[in-house]
Amino acid sequence: MAEFQLPPGSRISNDGKTFKAPEGAKKVRRFQIYRFDPDSGQNPRVDTYEIDMATCGPMVLDALIKIKNEIDPTLSFRRSCREGICGSCAMNIDGSNTLACIKSCADVKGADVRIYPLPHMPVIKDLIPDLTQFYAQYAAVKPWLTTRSPAPPDGERLQSKEDQEKIDGPSACILCACCSTSCPSYWWNSDRYLGPAALLAAYRWIVDSRDDSTGERLDALEDPFRLYRCHTIMNCTEACPKDLNPARAIGEIKRMIAGRRH
Amino acid sequence: MAPRPLSPHLSVYRFAYTMALSILHRITGVALASGLLVLVAWLLALGGGPQAYAAFTGFMGHGLIQVILGAWLLAFLYHLANGIRHLFWDTGRGFAKTAARRSARMVIAFVVVAGALLVYVFFWPAGGVQ
Repeated sequence: MAEFQLPPGSRISNDGKTFKAPEGAKKVRRFQIYRFDPDSGQNPRVDTYEIDMATCGPMVLDALIKIKNEIDPTLSFRRSCREGICGSCAMNIDGSNTLACIKSCADVKGADVRIYPLPHMPVIKDLIPDLTQFYAQYAAVKPWLTTRSPAPPDGERLQSKEDQEKIDGPSACILCACCSTSCPSYWWNSDRYLGPAALLAAYRWIVDSRDDSTGERLDALEDPFRLYRCHTIMNCTEACPKDLNPARAIGEIKRMIAGRRH
Repeated sequence: MAPRPLSPHLSVYRFAYTMALSILHRITGVALASGLLVLVAWLLALGGGPQAYAAFTGFMGHGLIQVILGAWLLAFLYHLANGIRHLFWDTGRGFAKTAARRSARMVIAFVVVAGALLVYVFFWPAGGVQ
C-alpha cells in the first residue's frame, strides 16, 4: 500500500544551517540542499548556501563542487565524468530528476536552487541514495546476450543496420536512475515493480535480433507488478537526461505480450 | 547506525502535467464507478412505481445534487478522452514527449469545450433539455 507521508525518522527538521555569501559577492544565488548525516542520529535537514555566481561555473555540479571545496567539505554527493555520460550525479534539482553536471543553474527559474537526493530512496548520506535495489532490478532482467544457436565459426554474431538501430536508443541508457525514481508507481511499489530503467534494459534485449530468449524474457515480465504497474504516467520520459523513452519501451513490451496471445 | 531515511518524494517533485492527468484519470474513474450507484437507484425508482420515481427525480432536482451530476458529467468526459489517449498508447503511438504533451492538451480542450456545451444543454435553466 502506498505510503504518502515520510516515516518520522525521514522528515526534514528545521535545524538547517545557513552559510552566508562572502562580503562583496556580486551575483548571489541561494542553494537549498538536503543534508543527512548518518552518524549524527538526527533527522535530515536542509542547509542553505549563498554562492557568488560570478566566481562559480555554470552547472549545478559546479556549484556543488564549489560548496564542497570552499564552504562546507562535509557535503557529500556522487560525481565523476561531469559531461552527462556516467550518471553518477543524478539528483532532484528544482523538482525534477536530472544530472547535476548538465543542468545549468540559469535554467532553474525560481530564486533558489533546491537540491534533494533522488526521490523515495534510502539515503546513505546527503545527496547519495542507496541504489542496491535499483541495480538488483537491473540484474533481474538478465541484461546480457543469451543464445542457443552456435556462434558463427568465422566471426561475431552480426545484425543488420535496421536491427542495430532498434537497440541504439535503449543501449544509450546510463543507469542514472532519474527515470525510475521520478515514477510515482515506482515510489509506491519499488519492491515489486521493476521500474522504467530496468524495463528499458529488458526491452533492449527483447528486441535484440541476436538474442534467443525473447519468449522467456516476456514470460518473466508478464506479471501484475513487475511490468503492469506502469500506468503510462510519462514522468520517466520527461525526466530522462539522455532523452530516451522508457515509456515507449514499456508500451512496446506490453504490446508484444498482448500480441503473442493469439 | 540509524536506519537510512527515505528521501522526500511527493513533497519535492514538481507536480507536472504528467502526474496531474494520471491521478485525475484515477480519481474520475473512482467517481464514475461510485456514480453507477446513482444509476442503480434510478432504475430501482423506475421499477418502484410512479410515486417512487417522482420522489427520486424530486431529490435529483435539488441544486446541490445537480452540481454533483454536473461534476460527474465532466468526470465522464475526462475519463473518456483520456481513456482514448491510453488506447492510442496501447497501439504504440503518441509516446514522444511532444506527442504526449499535445494529446494532454487535446484531452483538456475536449473536456472544456464538450463540458461547457453539455452543462449548458442539461443543467442551465435556459438550456435545451429539462
